[in-house]
Amino acid sequence: MGEAPTDSANAVGVEVEIVVNGDATKLSGSSSVADLLVSLDMSDRRVAVAVNRNIVVRSSYRDVQLASGDRIEILEAVGGG
Amino acid sequence: MSNPAKTASGEATKGNSGTEISGWQVGEWKFESRLIIGTGKYESFEQNLACAEASGAEMITVALRRVNFDAAKGPRLLDVISPKKFVILPNTAGCYTAEDAVTTARLGRELLETNLIKLEVIGDERTLFPDVPATLEAAKTLIEDGFTVLPYITDDPVACQRLEAMGCPAVMPLAAPIGSGMGIRNAANLRIILETVEVPVIVDAGVGTASDAAVAMELGATALLMNTAIAHAKDPLKMAMAMKQGVLAGRAAYEAGRMPQRLYASASSPLDGTATF
Repeated sequence: MGEAPTDSANAVGVEVEIVVNGDATKLSGSSSVADLLVSLDMSDRRVAVAVNRNIVVRSSYRDVQLASGDRIEILEAVGGG
Repeated sequence: MSNPAKTASGEATKGNSGTEISGWQVGEWKFESRLIIGTGKYESFEQNLACAEASGAEMITVALRRVNFDAAKGPRLLDVISPKKFVILPNTAGCYTAEDAVTTARLGRELLETNLIKLEVIGDERTLFPDVPATLEAAKTLIEDGFTVLPYITDDPVACQRLEAMGCPAVMPLAAPIGSGMGIRNAANLRIILETVEVPVIVDAGVGTASDAAVAMELGATALLMNTAIAHAKDPLKMAMAMKQGVLAGRAAYEAGRMPQRLYASASSPLDGTATF
């Protein structure tokens, strides 16, 4: 998380392996949280995102780059008491 | 109670005379309604909304869960139970560690742009009783992080005292296990809590029907939080209305101050002037 896109592991064309809501998934390199949300069709949904337990504020979605091994949780509000 | 009109929870009983029921406050939020309801176990968001409106609740609890990417697109909970209409109280339900509860609370703050959090750290799956040390630990971290922490806690006066001392602006002791509908199982403990802490006491969990709600309010509870009692009634909408009235009746009776109980009768009609035939 937060690695600059110049990191060789994150170079364009190289896939990163991440875990989203418990499921392993692959993403093209140099993907940000914003890119992930677009790929999941979630960019207009009211969600909250944590990467490796760190909360990613909405204003940082474009700045936070995902790296292999990152564990991402994408939560929404559901019925509860 | 020897002095039922005394506010054990320390707030002003401005509605103590006349027919006005007093409001209450937690942190910066002020409420007229003393009923807080949940959003779990309803058949639909629409049913949930109708019940929320019928109950008069101004604060509504929600849980935070992973988005199901495969689920059909459609309205989401907050599209129907709108933060523009209700104060949304996110919870940390389902968390079994202080660390998970803290992370969940922070996600709730980000999602809902609120510092309010209903802190739940569960210690046991069958009873869903709180893990008291973990609740205290999480409350400390969250208070330092600027949260308005409303902790779900056992009906333990000492635990409530600790939470008040660390800065929780209210405590939320359970009346019975979550979703059990068992009613007020330990009225004596709730009374001790009400006399022990000065912050608002929100009785959370265990209420089954309107008389339970009235009993909790008659004891002097500041407010009541419930979910299953409405959602799993045969007619949730009617029960929402019943709960509103139970809470109002109980609070009004508390503010009115009940008569002392006597073992023997006391005639309501005058003895003087009784005819002799």
